[in-house]
Amino acid sequence: MTGATAATVVLNGLTLAALYFIVASGFSLIFGLMRTVNMAHGSLYLIGAYIGYAVFEPLYDRDLWYAWYVAILVGMAAAALFGILMQTALLGWMQGQELRQALVTIALSIIVADQLLARFGGTPRQFFAPDALFGSTSIPLIGNYPTFRLVQIGVALAVGIGLWLLLNRTRIGLMVRAGVDDRPMLAAMGVNVPLVAVAVFALGAALAGLGGVIGATAQPLAQGVDARFLLTALVVVIVGGMGSIAGTAIGALLVGLAEQIGQALFPTYSVILTFLIMVIVLALRPQGIMGRAR
Amino acid sequence: MNLARTLLRAGGIGLAILVLAPLALRAMLPENQALFWIGNIFARALIYGIIALSLTFLATYGGFVSLAQMMVAGVAGYVLAITVQGAVPVIIGGFGYPVAILLALGAAVLAGLAVGAISARTNDIYLLMITLALAVGFYRFVETNIDWFNGYEGIRNVLGPDLLGRKFRDPILFYAIASATALSLYLGVIFLVRTPFGLALQGIRDNPRRVSALGYNVMLHRIVAFGIAGFIAGCGGVLATIYNIGISPGSIGLGATMNLLIISVIGGLGHPIGAFIGALLFAIFDTFAASIYDRDRFNTLIGAVFLSIVLISPDGALGMVRRLREGFARKPRAGAPPL
Repeated sequence: MTGATAATVVLNGLTLAALYFIVASGFSLIFGLMRTVNMAHGSLYLIGAYIGYAVFEPLYDRDLWYAWYVAILVGMAAAALFGILMQTALLGWMQGQELRQALVTIALSIIVADQLLARFGGTPRQFFAPDALFGSTSIPLIGNYPTFRLVQIGVALAVGIGLWLLLNRTRIGLMVRAGVDDRPMLAAMGVNVPLVAVAVFALGAALAGLGGVIGATAQPLAQGVDARFLLTALVVVIVGGMGSIAGTAIGALLVGLAEQIGQALFPTYSVILTFLIMVIVLALRPQGIMGRAR
Repeated sequence: MNLARTLLRAGGIGLAILVLAPLALRAMLPENQALFWIGNIFARALIYGIIALSLTFLATYGGFVSLAQMMVAGVAGYVLAITVQGAVPVIIGGFGYPVAILLALGAAVLAGLAVGAISARTNDIYLLMITLALAVGFYRFVETNIDWFNGYEGIRNVLGPDLLGRKFRDPILFYAIASATALSLYLGVIFLVRTPFGLALQGIRDNPRRVSALGYNVMLHRIVAFGIAGFIAGCGGVLATIYNIGISPGSIGLGATMNLLIISVIGGLGHPIGAFIGALLFAIFDTFAASIYDRDRFNTLIGAVFLSIVLISPDGALGMVRRLREGFARKPRAGAPPL
């Protein structure tokens, strides 16, 4: 492999890691506060992408420059709304029954995937990035590189920094972090914990929706994508450590890079590399790289 | 009740049901309909019941809800298809069915032990996530790998050996073999959980620290439990592969993994028989869903049923029966461990 090819592969890995981080950070956030393993996280990704697309298509046909930006907002809002519904109608009142919550979200993910298939069919769809983010940018050593993929990295950085600021510099963040450590005590201090939980669920779901629109701009959207992103979110947080933003970032980087480098070096065995990383981390640190010992 | 009597009773009842059910059907229904029930519904319920039994065994007596059991069954199915004479395309081939089936079961035990070794340091929800990741990872691996697994297409033409002058896939013969396998494995599980190993396993489920303090090797017990579950799932995997005349990634993917979980949960995680009850309900449902609701929307229907079960009766059909009995008897009994 030449130097330029190697650099391209690494950059591809970084852009993929950026997308994985956006999706997995929502999963990790929800798990961190509520101990809810949201097996429907891939479905939230699909909801964001498909609802976003339903709004995007007519606007794009009329050549409106803001079509894609509207799709981002609508996709995030749709996923957040569905997340709020899930938390208030089903998951909230079985708080603490982790396995039951996981089963409920699995059932929801089966229903959502099937209903989306019924509404939108099996044809792959793809967003067109707005002109400002389209085309290619020249990068030293690599040459021309798709601009949108660089935007992906930018969005992931913004999400990461935004989440860090939210959790460490705001009153809401203070409540969330307190809730992670001791929920009953937080409730005893007069904080409406169920409301905080709904807010966190909405935020986590909105991030999945954001990932959906971004992901469906970079690569086609089709049935089965939910399984792929659920798996990725699982592996990323298992490797990085549950409920830690920094851990999610490290996990996303490892998985994204492993996937791209693996595909470049040994295409039909690349999945094994991802799982080798997971197995090694679990053997050495069962709680994940940045996870706290339980 | 001592162990021998328990086994005799369970074996007797099981044998009676397995022999009488097809006879009763043949008496009640026309020949071809009876054969359809035996070959398509009962046989399928037994196969997936066996694979679900491995999950129910782990969940009930070890406390592990492992989502990797379909994957382990898939390992057995793929090893059978890869090694056996006559499979298309030929990957290794050349072995007769006895050897290929032994290889398949050995591989399933090894796969089970590996899943156990990877996940047994974790618990509950973490174990669920890790085993799901392993299952989906294996699926994606076989789907992309052509050299060993023939990728998306999978391996075809695994017909099973001829026995007693009949084809293995003859509905009656297949049903008899599946019944015998299911009954032996079921009785094996009932027996195993009353042996010192089984008791230690249940002790570890309830309080690993205390059992560890008594001098038991907790990790080893857990990993061995996964190995045993691997053997059970492997038997189911071999039967499923012959039943389906081959194996492809779709039969071990996320959907299949979830269906297995649904089978175990709607039957009830709490007693091994739940696996077979769940599998029978699922097979009947799967067959007749088209006449209940839109055929294409089967997943919505099964998802909704699964959701209702989890919401109404988290311990499945078994739990419903138990509550009904208690309601009639008005006699509170010690409940099964909560889900």
